[in-house]
Amino acid sequence: MTSPRAILREDGADVLARHQPLLRKPWQHRLFDIGGPMMAVILALFALWWLGISFEQIGPGLIELGKFAALMFPPSTGGHLTLFLRAMSETLAIAFLGTVISSALAIPFALLAAQNTTPHQGLRFLVRRLLDVIRGIDTLIWALVFVGVVGLGPFAGVLAIAVSDTGSLGKLFSEALESAHPRERETIVAGGGGRLLAVRFGIVPQVLPIVASQILYFFESNTRSATIIGIVGAGGIGLQLSEQIRTYEFDQVAFIVLMILAAVAAIDWVSGKLRFAIIGRRQ
Amino acid sequence: MTAGIPTLPGPRLRSLLAGYERIVAQRRRHFLLVVVAIALLAVIAAQFSEVDAGNLLNHLPGLTSYFGRIMPKLRISHLTGDIADWYWGFFHWLELLFDTLLIAYLATVTGALGACALSFLAADNLTPSRSLRWLIKRLFEFCRTVPDLVFALLFVSAFGLGPLPGVLAVGLHTFGTLGKLFTEVTENIDMKPVEGVRGTGGRFTDVVRFAVLPQILPNLASYALLRFEINVRASSIVGFVGAGGIGQDLFVAIREFYYSDVSAILLLIIVTVSIIDILTQYVRYRLAPMERAS
Repeated sequence: MTSPRAILREDGADVLARHQPLLRKPWQHRLFDIGGPMMAVILALFALWWLGISFEQIGPGLIELGKFAALMFPPSTGGHLTLFLRAMSETLAIAFLGTVISSALAIPFALLAAQNTTPHQGLRFLVRRLLDVIRGIDTLIWALVFVGVVGLGPFAGVLAIAVSDTGSLGKLFSEALESAHPRERETIVAGGGGRLLAVRFGIVPQVLPIVASQILYFFESNTRSATIIGIVGAGGIGLQLSEQIRTYEFDQVAFIVLMILAAVAAIDWVSGKLRFAIIGRRQ
Repeated sequence: MTAGIPTLPGPRLRSLLAGYERIVAQRRRHFLLVVVAIALLAVIAAQFSEVDAGNLLNHLPGLTSYFGRIMPKLRISHLTGDIADWYWGFFHWLELLFDTLLIAYLATVTGALGACALSFLAADNLTPSRSLRWLIKRLFEFCRTVPDLVFALLFVSAFGLGPLPGVLAVGLHTFGTLGKLFTEVTENIDMKPVEGVRGTGGRFTDVVRFAVLPQILPNLASYALLRFEINVRASSIVGFVGAGGIGQDLFVAIREFYYSDVSAILLLIIVTVSIIDILTQYVRYRLAPMERAS
């Protein structure tokens, strides 16, 4: 019997020769391995050239950025604490109200857009395209539009979030509906229930936990987007933030950013707890 | 022949029914409680955000007429002329869109490379040092929580107007989000190859190169492509604060009420984003058929 050590005494070149087929790759793969990254680099260089980004711009910019960072310490309220707190709660209010309204609007759209609940295929197609268009336009663009329509202030922000999230939530809800197990629905139909009853008792109970957790997730992400819509004048902390950046009050910028981080972390924590309570376990 | 439905004796049935009613009533109460709580919060939130139903109703005609006004005036009789009129700045906008795509590309590449380099140090199963891991994780968190538009505002002040602050802002945000995703992917790898490479005396870089990268490369590419989709949208927005791309023109069009320009640019953006979405979805599906979740 050969001892296991014997293997070690083998010649390295011999082993290499024996397993040569494992190391050989078809030339297409080789070409891809080399050509792929090269193409990526060439495209990046082309982008730098096309956009006119010069490296000379980066040095002074970084120095400037360093100055900003130095000015940020220590963060200070600059005597505007109540103003900032009020703006922050305004932001949270915008996110909350936007989420509530968009969920309420998204449910009927989702029912029309899902394969297994839609009353008509043509209607389904139209609603889906409508949701696609709404989703294709960013929240910030909606905010800008609504500022033009209802004037400056948080109300425009609420409308912007409500509308743009109706598109995303409508799509997500309709996907949840479509992934519902058909058996429950068939049971209701077999038991003599109509289409409406089948949806109510056969599909809705299945998707409700998913829908609830998606709504909570959107509330989290909306607190983030609500912080920036203020930049275009749609209320909330973003307005203060952009003002402080434009006037180079960087200690206050740091304070506001820290406040946003704390608020977002708090909301994440609460909604994470709620989500796990609803779906029962970590996904 | 009719088969009778077996029924339970009366008292038994009644007690079961009562139990059922009790459970249903309890659930209804529960549901009502949640609804009332949400309604209450909504009312408080409405106070804070100055929601005014009257204001909305007053402006509702304005809203509908706004969408009416941004619609291009296309007449069948001179359709080509009207379209040319609507898209008077077509080539200019196309160039700006191309800028936007390149900004998104550069941001994705820089963000992904940075995230990739640091994610191995931040992964629980590979990290050489606990404190380093903690530090990098906080860095990722910071970069993805601060909105890219805030970074853009800061960078515009520091670097001046142009595409560079846009690339940096979107890239930094990408760095944060991809860093988290890459770290999670790395934490879920099969550890046997890692032990194999370590067993033959490989250093950290060898472990990463020969044991980790081959396992996660398809996932990394898939996530980076998904991020590219998102970055195309983000790059079309950073122009609002002067950081390059089509956003600048869109901002001006909306602000100055150049109605037909708004719809023209929006349509261009939507079409571009959809094309990018379809292309990347196809590539991502080819890369990792199992990871189709978007």
